[in-house]
Order: sequence, then structure tokens, then C-alpha cells
Amino acid sequence: MHELGIVFYIIKDVKQVAEEHHVEHVSTVVMDIGEVSTVVPHLLTDCWRWAADKEDMLRGCEMKVNIIRAVTWCDNCKKEYETVKFGKTCPHCNSGNTWLLRGNEVEINSIII
Amino acid sequence: MDEVKVIEIKKSVFADNDKAAEKLRKELKQKGVYLLNVMSSPGSGKTTTLIQTINRIKDRVRVAVMEADIDSDVDAVKIKEATGIPSIQLHTGGMCHLDAEMTRQGLDNVGMEAVDLVILENVGNLVCPAEFDTGSCRNVMILSVPEGDDKALKYPLMFSVCDVVLVNKTDVLPYFDFDMEKCSKNIHARNSQAKIIPISAKTGEGVGAFADWLLREVMRWKGR
Ligand SMILES: Nc1nc2c(ncn2[C@@H]2O[C@H](COP(=O)(O)OP(=O)(O)OP(=O)(O)O)[C@@H](O)[C@H]2O)c(=O)[nH]1
Ligand SMILES: [Mg+2]
Ligand SMILES: [Zn+2]
Ligand SMILES: [Zn+2]
Repeated sequence: MHELGIVFYIIKDVKQVAEEHHVEHVSTVVMDIGEVSTVVPHLLTDCWRWAADKEDMLRGCEMKVNIIRAVTWCDNCKKEYETVKFGKTCPHCNSGNTWLLRGNEVEINSIII
Repeated sequence: MDEVKVIEIKKSVFADNDKAAEKLRKELKQKGVYLLNVMSSPGSGKTTTLIQTINRIKDRVRVAVMEADIDSDVDAVKIKEATGIPSIQLHTGGMCHLDAEMTRQGLDNVGMEAVDLVILENVGNLVCPAEFDTGSCRNVMILSVPEGDDKALKYPLMFSVCDVVLVNKTDVLPYFDFDMEKCSKNIHARNSQAKIIPISAKTGEGVGAFADWLLREVMRWKGR
């Protein structure tokens, strides 16, 4: 399952950072998840609950998810637009010469002790 | 009460894997081993295409196959029986993709001294394998005619990371509303560099063109 796989990578990274800072328990993990990242936030937090509670350092640790709005850049008319609403085709000029600026992040933002 | 402390991380979940993949690619280059990562939806024809391709090139290069099946060795056995080349099953531990570390372990089992080309049949899935760099030299994606000509619109990331798209099962084109031109247009909208080769792994049509491309790639990688 996709989100569970992702959770295992998050656990590895968080544990590593916590150990480097000599932290014994982490209370919150803050994630930045892009709208078009293929990660479904509520599945991610469900998987997190299940897996984090198996780790002493992360037992009860909450996961907070910041959703990053997806924005696409049009190379033709040099304008930005909302990716989820309009997809690959620029609503200003109908060009398909467009690139995702942000919105595919799967990032650990920070941890709260 | 204890003070609340925030530690900034700001790190992509894929960062460690990307690093491991880069390292593996360097090692492959040094050892002259070419790793090809093959991805597709379940049943698009990965195993059938590999058999056809391998039988065309196995006299020219030393080939091995790694099969990333979630929980069976059916494909690994099939490859071995149909081509006679070494083929192993990689254990993904129930995961929906392979990462660079799992790939590296597989390569250690294959033995990098014994091969020129290793073909990796990734887990059948169009989402996760695209996110995890395996360390491969090139990515090939197989799209089969029954899946439709609009797949590139629905799975943009997969199409943006692949170097070659094999459009497979062209023998059934008469039975489907599949527009090859539209398909190419959709793929190139995601990835203008993608090389598209229509094939039928059943009849063998087009497989020769792919096999030639692969042989050239391996020779170039080895500096010959
Ligand atoms: N008509 C036709 N059938 C094909 C072709 N290539 C593969 N098939 C059939 O499609 C089915 C799936 O083929 P496989 O090669 O097992 O596909 P796969 O992608 O390896 O499947 P998984 O490993 O299960 O994801 C089999 O029944 C094949 O015989 C083709 O070119 N034409
Ligand atoms: Mg297969
Ligand atoms: Zn996945
Ligand atoms: Zn525009």
C-alpha cells in the first residue's frame, strides 16, 4: 500500500533527526503534502497512526498535514494558474506548454518535541 | 511544563532514496553493468515483452532478470524457462514499488561481474514505481492498447520519468478505439523526449526495434 510505504520512509527520517538532537520522544510531525503528489492525506495519517505507535519514540505522536496548493506555470503567456482546476491546458491562452511549479511535494516540514 | 521545541527538517521523503539511486548508478557505470527498469500496469505485457526481447539479444550480451513480484515467483520461473537466462525474484515485502536499496540487494544476488545487462521488472503499478528511482540507467514503460490512449494524461509522473514507451498489444488494435497518433501526442505533452515504439509481444512485431535500441544503449554504457 502506497501511503504505508511512504510512512516507513518518514519514520526512518524522523527517528534519525530525533536521535541527532538527542530527543527521546516526538509529539508532532508536520508534513507538507502537495495536492497532486499522489499521497492521500487521510490515508497517510491513518497509516502513520498504525506504524508510529509501534515505535517507542513516536508512540502517540501526531501527524499534521499542510496541503500545498498545486500551481502550474504557462510558458506561453507567462502566467500561473490552479493546476487542479485546469490541468495541463492554460486557462488564459489555451497553451499546453505548461509546467507544474509546486504541488507534488511529499516533504517532512518539521518535528515538534 | 516543558518548553515546546520545533526542529525544521524540510526534506523530501524521497531524498534518501534519490541519493542511494545516484550512488548505485555510478557503481553500475564503473562496473559496466546496464540496469533497465521496466514499469507498467499489471498485465500490460512486461514478462512477455522481456522474453521476446531477451531471446533476440542473449547471444550478444550477458543478461539477467530481476522480478519484483509482491508475493510469487511465477514470472521469474517463466523467464528462466522461456529464455534460459538467470532470473531471480526480489522480495518487495508487500510494498507497491522497489527502491534503490532493494534493487542493490537484488544486484548483489545476481552478481554484477557475471552480467552486462540486468532487466528489472518493477511492480505492476503506474504510481509508486515512478516516484522511487531504482538507480536504473533508463526507464521503460509499457502501455498496452486495451488500457487506452489517454493514460499519459492520467499518470503524468510515470510518463515524465520514462525514456521509452512501448505501446504493446498492437495485434489487438482492430478491436479497440485506440488512436496511436493521439496516444503519441499525449505522451509527448508529458515528456517531449520520450521514444515511442509500437510493439506486439505476441507476434514479435516491433520488438526488434526495441532490442536494437537496448543493445546500442548497453554498448554505449560500457563505452564500446
Ligand atoms: N494479444 C496480446 N496479448 C499479449 C501481448 N503481450 C502480452 N499479452 C498477454 O497479456 C497477458 C499479460 O502478459 P504478461 O506478460 O504476463 O504481463 P505483465 O505485465 O508481466 O503482468 P504482471 O507481471 O502480472 O503485471 C498475458 O495473457 C499475455 O499473453 C500482445 O502483444 N498481444
Ligand atoms: Mg509479469
Ligand atoms: Zn507506493
Ligand atoms: Zn497561458
